[in-house]
Amino acid sequence: MSEELELMRGTYAIGEAAIRAGCRYYFGYPITPQNELPEYMSRRLPEVGGTFLQSESELAAINMVLGASMAGARVMTSSSSPGISLMQEGLSFMAGQELSAVVVNMMRGGPGLGNIAPSQSDYFQATRGGGHGDYRQIVLAPSSVQEAVDLTYRAFDLADKYRMVVLILGDGMVAQMMEPVRFPPMRPLEDLPSKNWTLTGAKGRPSRILRSLILDVNDMEEHNWKLVRKYQQVERECPLWEEFMLEDAEMVVVAFGTAARIAKGAVKRARKEGVKVGLFRPITLWPFPFQALRGLYQRGVDTFVVFELNAGQMIEDVKIALGNGPQLLSYARPGGVVPNPQELARVFSRLVLSRRTS
Amino acid sequence: MKKVFSRTKALKPVPFHYCPGCGHSILHRLVAEVIEEMDLIDRAIGVPPAGCAVLAYNYFDVDMGEAPHGRGAAVATGIKRVLPDRLVFTYQGDGDIAAIGTAETIHAANRGEKITAIFVNNAVYGMTGGQMAPTSILGQVTTTTPRGRDSSREGFPINFTEVLARIKGTAYAARTSLHDPAHVLKTKRILRKAFEAQMGGLGFSVVEVLSPCPTNWKMSPPRAFEWVKEEMVKHYPLGVFKEIEGGSLAD
Ligand SMILES: Cc1ncc(C[n+]2csc(CCOP(=O)(O)OP(=O)(O)O)c2C)c(N)n1
Ligand code: SF4
Repeated sequence: MSEELELMRGTYAIGEAAIRAGCRYYFGYPITPQNELPEYMSRRLPEVGGTFLQSESELAAINMVLGASMAGARVMTSSSSPGISLMQEGLSFMAGQELSAVVVNMMRGGPGLGNIAPSQSDYFQATRGGGHGDYRQIVLAPSSVQEAVDLTYRAFDLADKYRMVVLILGDGMVAQMMEPVRFPPMRPLEDLPSKNWTLTGAKGRPSRILRSLILDVNDMEEHNWKLVRKYQQVERECPLWEEFMLEDAEMVVVAFGTAARIAKGAVKRARKEGVKVGLFRPITLWPFPFQALRGLYQRGVDTFVVFELNAGQMIEDVKIALGNGPQLLSYARPGGVVPNPQELARVFSRLVLSRRTS
Repeated sequence: MKKVFSRTKALKPVPFHYCPGCGHSILHRLVAEVIEEMDLIDRAIGVPPAGCAVLAYNYFDVDMGEAPHGRGAAVATGIKRVLPDRLVFTYQGDGDIAAIGTAETIHAANRGEKITAIFVNNAVYGMTGGQMAPTSILGQVTTTTPRGRDSSREGFPINFTEVLARIKGTAYAARTSLHDPAHVLKTKRILRKAFEAQMGGLGFSVVEVLSPCPTNWKMSPPRAFEWVKEEMVKHYPLGVFKEIEGGSLAD
């Protein structure tokens, strides 16, 4: 960690963290609310010998990422919901070819062009594999600028370790807010893990192929099982979550990213008024921290409320984690509406009260 | 005994799967020979398309990375930006480059990406069973133009290489044909020019190759070669449309 704290907005901080993690290539197309990230990269990458390219579309951007990843680079793109939709074919190919890259989605309200307000409406797309085929991508959901820095830095290692795409899932709030951050050190490129699968020209070794086409059904099945085994390994090794004020909680709020940030404020408020509520915050949305959440139920919590800035998407994973046992409530706010902590604290208090009376 | 023919080392010792009389087989060999003659086998990276040539990676004995349908120019851009001293080429059908991949190709050319697009024009979508391609000629019967291509319904055959030649970032643009041995040899010379333009750092290069698809044209191979010569060349004039001689592309 560097000594000084710097006041920085989310987009710039993610860009700087990527560069420090060894990212030297960025391809992308402008879209609000994350335009400052490509702008930052266009300034900063040339200073460290990297390449910034503004592509003609997100379709082109993700395929440039695909090519740069084949060539062995740490590479990144970023966009917001409609642009991420355009990238889905490329993301599916990258999963099939086992290519590593980091993709940032600063989600907005949707469907369609929607709006640019903070929203979490792409949870399904991010965690279910928005493109075609049986595949997964690691999804990291920061709720502060410092966490965006730390997760972005880590994302490149995860991408290389598992040969997967890692998606940083945020929104206009994470993208735009300014917070003090401390950056991890600049990784020397020589220290990055070597890769034995990249296309660099067949010098002193047999030629290599990177492809996703596997015509023989048995080979294709085997390839799918190989991917599944890798995904299972990620499910074992990678879940991350935060627990906040869970001891003695009568009700647990489950929320991620921006929603969790607001929920934390609301939990603190509600606690002051004697309402025993806590927060469970998944940091990896895939792999979802199923076991940790199930553990809370096993420890005796019997009421959970899922607060999310969409019409109710993560609640499906919460249901998978908890089954039919506890009472499961949804407080869903789609369309870019962001309730404030006071409002949310009132909602939580009401829910705890109605639980006691029921 | 004098050796008059041998297989180039840039091809793997496996038989092609292409139909008898298909232009892809001839063109693969030409591309591979040029790579070997330019001593670039260990520095070449190829990007095969979705299309009949999707399996090109089974034949070229150089590093090969598959692109989604039409995205070859973007994938090649990514590779070349990371490895600027390698030979990076795409191998694309007419549907791949001039329909679904139009935007990527034009913008790669416009940025003057130092890559080479090898563009196989067989006037149909071969792999998917002979549907209309953007390059199908007027009157041509395909599985999706059963009454023949009509410009009022299906638009005109596109002269895409001429379009690319007009773009400032394009250093080399040429159209050749495989319809007889003289043109086959000429195609090889042109491919070399295109690769040289790339390796000289001059900009984007494209070689369109008129190529028979006897299967989907429902013709015997000899008749298909004649059809290239008689019908396709009329719509797609052969020649070098652009050639920057060294120096820079700036006006
Ligand atoms: C996104 C997408 N759409 C459609 C296809 C199906 N497809 C595969 S190849 C092809 C066209 C092939 O024609 P062409 O590019 O002319 O090459 P050829 O097979 O004739 O060599 C199509 C439509 C695909 N693979 N991906
Ligand atoms: S269908 Fe046409 S283009 Fe495809 S391999 Fe056969 S002859 Fe060649």
